[in-house]
Amino acid sequence: MDPLILSRIQFGANISFHILFPAITIALGWVLLFFKLRYNATGDSAWMRAYFTWVKVFALSFAMGVVSGVTMSFQFGTNWPGYMETVGNIAGPLLAYEILTAFFLEAAFLGIMLFGFRRVSNRIHTLATVLVAGGTTLSAFWIIALNSWMQTPVGFEMRNGVAHAIDWWAIVFNPSMPYRLVHMLLASGLTVSFLIAGLSALRYLYGDRSESMWKALRTGVFTAAILIPIQIFAGDQHGLNTLEHQPQKIAAMEANWNTGPNVPLVLFALPDEAARENKFEVTIPDGASLILRHSASGVVPGLNDYAGNHPPVFPVFWAFRIMVGTGVLMLVVSWSAAFFLKRRHSLPKPLALVMVPMALSGWLATLAGWYTTEIGRQPWLVAGVLRTVDAVGPVAGSQVALTLAVYLILYALLLIAYLGVLVYLALKAAKDGDTSPLPGVLDAPLSQPAAK
Amino acid sequence: MTLDWPTLLPLIFAGLMGLAILIYVILDGFDLGIGILFAAAEDDEQDTMIAAIGPFWDANETWLVLAVGLLLVAFPLAHGTILTALYIPVFLLLVGLILRGVAFDFRAKVPAGRKHRWNRIFFLGSVIASLAQGYMLGIYVLGLDVGLGGIAFGALVALCLAAAYAAMGAAWVIYKTEGELQKKAVLWLRRALVLTALGMVAVSLATPLASPRIFDKWFVWPAMLYLSPLPVLSAVLFAWLWRQTFHLPKVDDRHALTPFLTLAAIFTLGFAGLAWSFYPFVVPDRLTIWQAASAPESLAIILAGTVVVLPIIIFYSVYAYRVFGGKATDLTYD
Repeated sequence: MDPLILSRIQFGANISFHILFPAITIALGWVLLFFKLRYNATGDSAWMRAYFTWVKVFALSFAMGVVSGVTMSFQFGTNWPGYMETVGNIAGPLLAYEILTAFFLEAAFLGIMLFGFRRVSNRIHTLATVLVAGGTTLSAFWIIALNSWMQTPVGFEMRNGVAHAIDWWAIVFNPSMPYRLVHMLLASGLTVSFLIAGLSALRYLYGDRSESMWKALRTGVFTAAILIPIQIFAGDQHGLNTLEHQPQKIAAMEANWNTGPNVPLVLFALPDEAARENKFEVTIPDGASLILRHSASGVVPGLNDYAGNHPPVFPVFWAFRIMVGTGVLMLVVSWSAAFFLKRRHSLPKPLALVMVPMALSGWLATLAGWYTTEIGRQPWLVAGVLRTVDAVGPVAGSQVALTLAVYLILYALLLIAYLGVLVYLALKAAKDGDTSPLPGVLDAPLSQPAAK
Repeated sequence: MTLDWPTLLPLIFAGLMGLAILIYVILDGFDLGIGILFAAAEDDEQDTMIAAIGPFWDANETWLVLAVGLLLVAFPLAHGTILTALYIPVFLLLVGLILRGVAFDFRAKVPAGRKHRWNRIFFLGSVIASLAQGYMLGIYVLGLDVGLGGIAFGALVALCLAAAYAAMGAAWVIYKTEGELQKKAVLWLRRALVLTALGMVAVSLATPLASPRIFDKWFVWPAMLYLSPLPVLSAVLFAWLWRQTFHLPKVDDRHALTPFLTLAAIFTLGFAGLAWSFYPFVVPDRLTIWQAASAPESLAIILAGTVVVLPIIIFYSVYAYRVFGGKATDLTYD
């Protein structure tokens, strides 16, 4: 068994599992802050109910993210020792700054945010929410900076096969970093808003008409409706940035085999890497040239310029289409829901039914986006510096296979448990409505008065 | 040794990494210990025990992330060598930490009937993670020897470290609870202490025997004299703590935190002994901290941040402990 392939699958599985949870916590922290600030401003306990419902989801997602993140930090060493040995001088400080500035902040104030409402003043509790939300976002900033540097490395020089930093500012704010960060933060925002909208729609379908359900539903739907067009624009800008710095990735995303003008936009195809052509192609003439170069005769890079040095075409092509397709679906659903909530002050049942599975649309789009960008980086681990094949460790294939199998089973079971708990919490909230006492505060009024 | 930055920086980072590991072992030690003690606790006691660690475990585990992070960023060469040699135990540690970390959260959110299942997973995860850490320590002490002898010794240390964590857990329960559970925890502490002491003796004997270099560091005059406080003080603290277990809990709950602090002191002494043994190597007898270190300019930029941020981290960590000070009460999300 080939340890390289197995290690790649293992890392892919790990990062796929991991990214699901930061995708939720990054934005959910800010949504919780919004709930808290609304409560502070209005004193309406429904906002606090929404907070308590969703802080549980935050806690669970955070725990899942922490344990899978710890796994990844160990896997750099167990499976990819060549990575830190080659670019450790650059990756190291970025990872260290993530741990120092973000990780401890989130972990320390999470306890206060979750369990401290009755132990600290309302002001401190709000501050803890701010710090946790800020911490998760800062975490994302450092990780995206590192990931972007791996895609578009600058600000360093190679000495004896080891990268040495020259310009830290250039390393952190490398050419693709701002685009990637904005794209990821918006992705997190969309993941959370669809999750909140979807689970609130589930409560609605179960007859819940409580004020806290409406508040969460509106928050989810309107946030999604506002963010999706911004995301489409940001994604397009990110694509143009990729065209400039990683043209071979764009060529794979478009399944464009030959460089030239008047390149059509491929809507559907089964790219065949052996024959270096597309089967069952459906295209729009000049489409790709128009989108990427804003001119029908614009020259678009093709895979022929990068023979032996471009990513596998099939997965990149399809991952990109799944991401875009999901985005279009998000636009349609969130705008329809926003229309009905705003104009009719109601939610039609069929639309609510569609919104429930759409609760996971953010996950689908995020994963597809990650595959596009990460598989699109191959065969390089750090573009032009370190090939994936050169970073793998000396561990036996059988060991990697064994651990991979256990990880996959573990992740599958945890995902089922996680989704089960989300649905359980939503249905429990639907059953309790706004009439039950607030969680844990038997018949007592909210222990912390809103700061007015 | 010249005192310039390229010499000092790896040294500073070795110290920081050691500190992070020690803080992790003490702080997450009691979390893991409480998970191990789940096997001996009743349902309602388990809830109280969880409440005793609930607000802290996330931050406690972060010290492991920092320790591994520092190994990763400051000593990239050692990181790869150590972790590939310990591939399977690291994997088991991760599985244990995953199970423990999620079970902790799931058990409070699932329907009542499923809580038992997650309690068992919490126990299982804590046991696996503790055993894996002990095994890794055993293998590391023998210079990453993964032969039969290494495995046997690793298994012994694994058992003893799990017991040591159980002792920490019991000591934390003594501090955070009262009544029957507190009395039970005193008994748990007494039993766990026996294996803890055995483990420290085993590691202390095996380390010099496994490496002539370490033997020579300890058993030469006058180093023997300077180092004697480590084993002597440890033995005294053990004996004293053992005696205490017959008098706890005391009137008005005096000295409830003493067992925990005593254990932390014993851990620190043992750790200091290990640090002395292995210095200046980060991979025993193979890579020194200078050979394994990142470039000085990279270490400098991390250090700059660390100097600013670490005091802040310690400040707000202490604050979080203060907010949830006193006896554990029911944890609720409000």
